[in-house]
Amino acid sequence: MKFIRNIFDNLEPKMKDNPFLHAVYDGFETFFFTPNHTTSGPGVHIRDGIDLKRTMVFVVLALQACLLFGMWNIGHQHYLSLGLYPGLTESFFTKFLFGALQLIPIIIVANVVGLGIEFYFAAKRGHAIEEGYLVSGMLIPLIMPPDIPLWMLAIAIAFAVIIAKEAFGGTGMNILNIALTARVFLFFAYPLEISGEGCWIAYDYNILHQLFGMEGSTMQALGMSAVPEGGWMTRVVDGFSGATPLGLAAAGGWEAVTNATLPTGGAQYSVSNLFWGIIPGSIGETCKPAIIIGMIFLLFTRIASWRIMLSMALGAVLTGLLFNALGSNAFLEVPFYYHLIMGSFLFAMVYMATDPVTAAQTNTGKWIYGFMIGFIGMVVRVLNPAYPEGWMLAILFLNVFAPTIDHFIYQQNIKRRLSRVA
Amino acid sequence: MQDLINVFIKSAFIENMVLAYFLGMCSYLAVSKTVKTAIGLGAAVIFVLLITAPVNWLINEYLLKEGALGFLGETFAAVDLTFLRFIAFIAVIASMVQLVEMVIEKFSPSLYNSLGIFLPLITVNCAILGTSLFMVQREYSLAESTFFGAGSGVGFFLAIVAIAAIREKIRYSKIPPALRGLGIAFIITGLMGIAFMSLMGIKV
Repeated sequence: MKFIRNIFDNLEPKMKDNPFLHAVYDGFETFFFTPNHTTSGPGVHIRDGIDLKRTMVFVVLALQACLLFGMWNIGHQHYLSLGLYPGLTESFFTKFLFGALQLIPIIIVANVVGLGIEFYFAAKRGHAIEEGYLVSGMLIPLIMPPDIPLWMLAIAIAFAVIIAKEAFGGTGMNILNIALTARVFLFFAYPLEISGEGCWIAYDYNILHQLFGMEGSTMQALGMSAVPEGGWMTRVVDGFSGATPLGLAAAGGWEAVTNATLPTGGAQYSVSNLFWGIIPGSIGETCKPAIIIGMIFLLFTRIASWRIMLSMALGAVLTGLLFNALGSNAFLEVPFYYHLIMGSFLFAMVYMATDPVTAAQTNTGKWIYGFMIGFIGMVVRVLNPAYPEGWMLAILFLNVFAPTIDHFIYQQNIKRRLSRVA
Repeated sequence: MQDLINVFIKSAFIENMVLAYFLGMCSYLAVSKTVKTAIGLGAAVIFVLLITAPVNWLINEYLLKEGALGFLGETFAAVDLTFLRFIAFIAVIASMVQLVEMVIEKFSPSLYNSLGIFLPLITVNCAILGTSLFMVQREYSLAESTFFGAGSGVGFFLAIVAIAAIREKIRYSKIPPALRGLGIAFIITGLMGIAFMSLMGIKV
């Protein structure tokens, strides 16, 4: 640590004059060493003495389990689609390496683009670099499909950070969740790349195969002599389908989900596979135990609001029960408890809905906010044929209404106190 | 009944007058600085829409449409008064707005003062005229038109109250000077439009 301190002390006088360099210097210095002052200013996110930087780092820590699992799962799904290594521990390191090589460029692009814009605005507007983006930079890769083209990712992040965040004044001022804004931008701008059946598995060979000659051996194992032209479908083993559980459930109910099989044998979406997350999907959202580990950590450190999580789960369960009671088609009849392990429900609940900046600020407001997310998310997922999954849009919808909810709670409190005076 | 509910949901959320068609922007942006006035204006718009949509439907159906005057006799059967549509619709809207104005002035002078010129200006709020014209264009029935009017009003109400609450919340944010005021309001409107797309495609 002394060594790093010395580097910073030597650099400080050189950096002081240029606003751009000083912003960068300040950002890294406070990242490595706890500053002796706490975050001040008119941000809406400060609720006790904890430094903003530590809050954000805790969330990043909580995401690590999802990240590591996601790396392995990218590789596992990739080889499954080729009909190779069906065992979970078979070729563990190859899968892990494949996933890492797929994921690390995404993380690098997410952080370089996002932090670059943050640094620029911090220097330009003369404030310290705020660490809100560290969390977004970790969340965004985890909610992307593993095959996302990097240039699209860069555009989406630039849109989210500039329009949804810096235009409002930076960290703590945004009204929509940054990570979800980036994803929803992609969803509406490039729907083919981020929805449907073809995007949830990394089909293409990445640098790993070229480096270690994996491409040749993979093809040999498949009995192919050369990669046929014409898209991903030609590259997967016969009988493999990239259909997601929700897509299957929308078409044929819970039966269709459990009936899906892999060409290598065994069910593709058994309950245990859904729970452990050994399914295609966005990088970080599949593994429920990994998310629960993060959830316990966030609840223990009291960074995420248990009120939002509980009320959102309640909203989803009650809506699910209502749908079960109506039960006019196969999707409505999917038992409500299975809805909790399909799609991105848990990830959205733990990391997206509880965003302290965009959620409702009052305790009563949090109950309403969470419950409405649960309700609208289920409605979009089940009743809306236009979208396969609803949590992203439901959370954005309630982000818009969170200030309204708060406003009425404040008015209620003011009225109650005034009546005490009168 | 299902039809009517679908019309209502569609007009309130999916094809929201403000957030999907960007109609009625002038009062939407001007009166959305505080939630209290926004609620007042939103309620006035709901009321006006709820009355004008069916009344305009009746006028269009029994007076203006081609052949609508047939009940007066053979000579009138071919008369086509559709060119009077705008002025007739505006007249109905203006009288409704006048009514609302008198009621608000009587019962809530403070709201009347804070709404100011924007209350009479509802008359030329294009969300309201737009509702009447869409209703004709889409050939809604009387019941559908009523639900369409109510839905459009509720949609306007939700949009203006939500943006007013957001603008109250960001009053002390460090927004770049160039964007303060209307600039950021337009950006918020766009982002709200994205959020409202979540319900696109819902059918009961």
